[in-house]
Amino acid sequence: MQPFTTHTGIAVPLMRDDVNTDQIAPVQSMRSLKPDYKALLFMRARRRDDGSEDPDFVLNRPQFRGPGILVTGHNFGAGSSREAAVWGMLANNIRVIVAKSFADIYRENCLQNGLLPIVLEPRDAAAFADRVIAVNGAAPFTVDLRTQRISGPGGADISFDIPAADRMRLLEGLDDIGLTLKHADEIASWEHRTAADQPWLQAAVDRRL
Amino acid sequence: MPQTLFDKIWQAHMVARRADGRDLIYIDRHVLHELHAPHAFEQLEKQHRHVRRPDLTFSMQDHTVATKPGRDDTTNPSGAAFLKAMRDGSRRNRIRLFDIDDPEQGISHVVAPELGMVLPGATHAVPDSHASTVGGLGALAFGCGTSELAHILATQVMALRRPKSMLIRLEGKLAAHVTAKDVALRIIAELGVAGARGHVVEYAGAAVRAMTIESRMTLCNLNIEMGGRSGFVAADEAAFSWIEGRPFAPKDAMWDRALAHWRTLTSDDGAKFDREHVLDCSALEPQITWGTDPSQVLGISGRVPDPATVDLGRRAAIESALAYMGLQPGMALAGLPVDRVFIGSCTNSRLPDLKAAADVARGRRVAAGVIAMVVPGSTTVKRAAEAAGLDRVFRDAGFLWGESGCSMCAGGNGDRGEPGERCVSTTNRNFEHRQGPKVRTHLVSPATAAATAVAGRIADVRQLMSGQG
Repeated sequence: MQPFTTHTGIAVPLMRDDVNTDQIAPVQSMRSLKPDYKALLFMRARRRDDGSEDPDFVLNRPQFRGPGILVTGHNFGAGSSREAAVWGMLANNIRVIVAKSFADIYRENCLQNGLLPIVLEPRDAAAFADRVIAVNGAAPFTVDLRTQRISGPGGADISFDIPAADRMRLLEGLDDIGLTLKHADEIASWEHRTAADQPWLQAAVDRRL
Repeated sequence: MPQTLFDKIWQAHMVARRADGRDLIYIDRHVLHELHAPHAFEQLEKQHRHVRRPDLTFSMQDHTVATKPGRDDTTNPSGAAFLKAMRDGSRRNRIRLFDIDDPEQGISHVVAPELGMVLPGATHAVPDSHASTVGGLGALAFGCGTSELAHILATQVMALRRPKSMLIRLEGKLAAHVTAKDVALRIIAELGVAGARGHVVEYAGAAVRAMTIESRMTLCNLNIEMGGRSGFVAADEAAFSWIEGRPFAPKDAMWDRALAHWRTLTSDDGAKFDREHVLDCSALEPQITWGTDPSQVLGISGRVPDPATVDLGRRAAIESALAYMGLQPGMALAGLPVDRVFIGSCTNSRLPDLKAAADVARGRRVAAGVIAMVVPGSTTVKRAAEAAGLDRVFRDAGFLWGESGCSMCAGGNGDRGEPGERCVSTTNRNFEHRQGPKVRTHLVSPATAAATAVAGRIADVRQLMSGQG
């Protein structure tokens, strides 16, 4: 996984709650094993009925065409577990999402891909959203995971919290499977123990065969 | 100290605590599907890692399979590459595949329990947010993304932060034609689409005890629609007898041993949950979604909200949902003409769901101009329904009868509505464009769906069945 230390980019305000994965990465856009992840992001909202670009959608506005940070509301990423909803962000160079809260599976998918999910204190969240709207893409913000600070135009630095373990994993770009496999012996002994205590769990056998 | 059932299952499956504080939870059964597994196989191969326990892993073809009778790989052209990659990846990794033509093919959440792969107190993972469907048998199931799927393949554990616990007690007795689907929609309406975020939900109470296993699966299926991490019903004698004799279930002496253990798997008296919620189901009527998320729910006799009368914070969301759905503030939904009816999906495609719909359809006709479709959740369900003559009932009434798969739930197989159509559906998500661009989805139970199909308008199944429809 690509480590995350700092990321600088234009902050895009998408100030809605409950943005779901069908909006972020519609299943109809995943008709091939290797879809265009850049194009699938918010595919429906980007286009009008006649197929032309919708100039009102925030990511289509000239100042937000090179996004870096997405700023949004509560429960971001609700719905499906599809990881394309994270890959679509990365393909658009969005490596930070500042939300009021995240859906559980979406947040996990972010951490697996070096995308930093930030939840600010409610008061800071409201102030930051206002500031991002006011800045309107005129200058970039910088998110530094080492110092846990967001800096940029229009005000003082903002600090954010993130669980220490998630922070370390992102900073070092740790291989999640590798971390777990350090416990391979414990996994094997759990299996051994369970095969004796609850043998039905360790044997998924088609008893007709 | 008294423990919840969730505590017990978690503790029994905890392998270790990782350096980063996450708990490594052993996954007893891992069920894959072709929309996401091919990417995970590729990730693993790039990393030169192998599947640790192919014997505890199963592959299903469900999301992209066509439902047209006589289907094959090419019937849904965009699915062919997924089906092939799943076939090849499963073979390379020695995972048993239930392929498109397998007599037991179907939706992962339907097939795994019906074959006896799902056991009380076991853990279960699927790269799909509706994984907790199998919680209806007392299993603790987690949906996951593609990278987590690769992680489970390589390690047979998930690295999780421990969720909180929540008890939802469902009291009272459901009225005729009111189902688990209606109960689940009402709970989501009360708690909201993020109401169970970060929580594992245990469903309990008299109304749950009275539900069939299939109904409990419907209830647990919709847990994710309020953001729940997982959801289950503690297994009881009804669950044990449901499992007994299924192909992958333990047998003979091992069955007796398992059963003795399963009977200990309940929350202790006085166990503390982080949150509790109670719903009296006695007065519940059939429910239907009016908006574009599963919390925007009405009783069938209700009226859609008027944005002018709600607080400012909610107004824009309601206005936007009404506009997308083509509805006027304050109007009734009952009586609204529909274009399409879909009965199926991991939510409502098991045999009792189809029976409930057939009971309504029997001797009636789908209204002119309505396209109505029934898609069984598995090929096994399809066979059983045909043996019971349900396919005949549906066909005689003018419903299309399909081959099993996820179908119109997410439209990954090309089954979908046309722009602007109003679709009454037994699925789980009424998100914008989910069932096709600009399709307007209303979520309901199978009985309400069937009643709507024959009426040609959103219908109260209770009135139809009492002859007042």
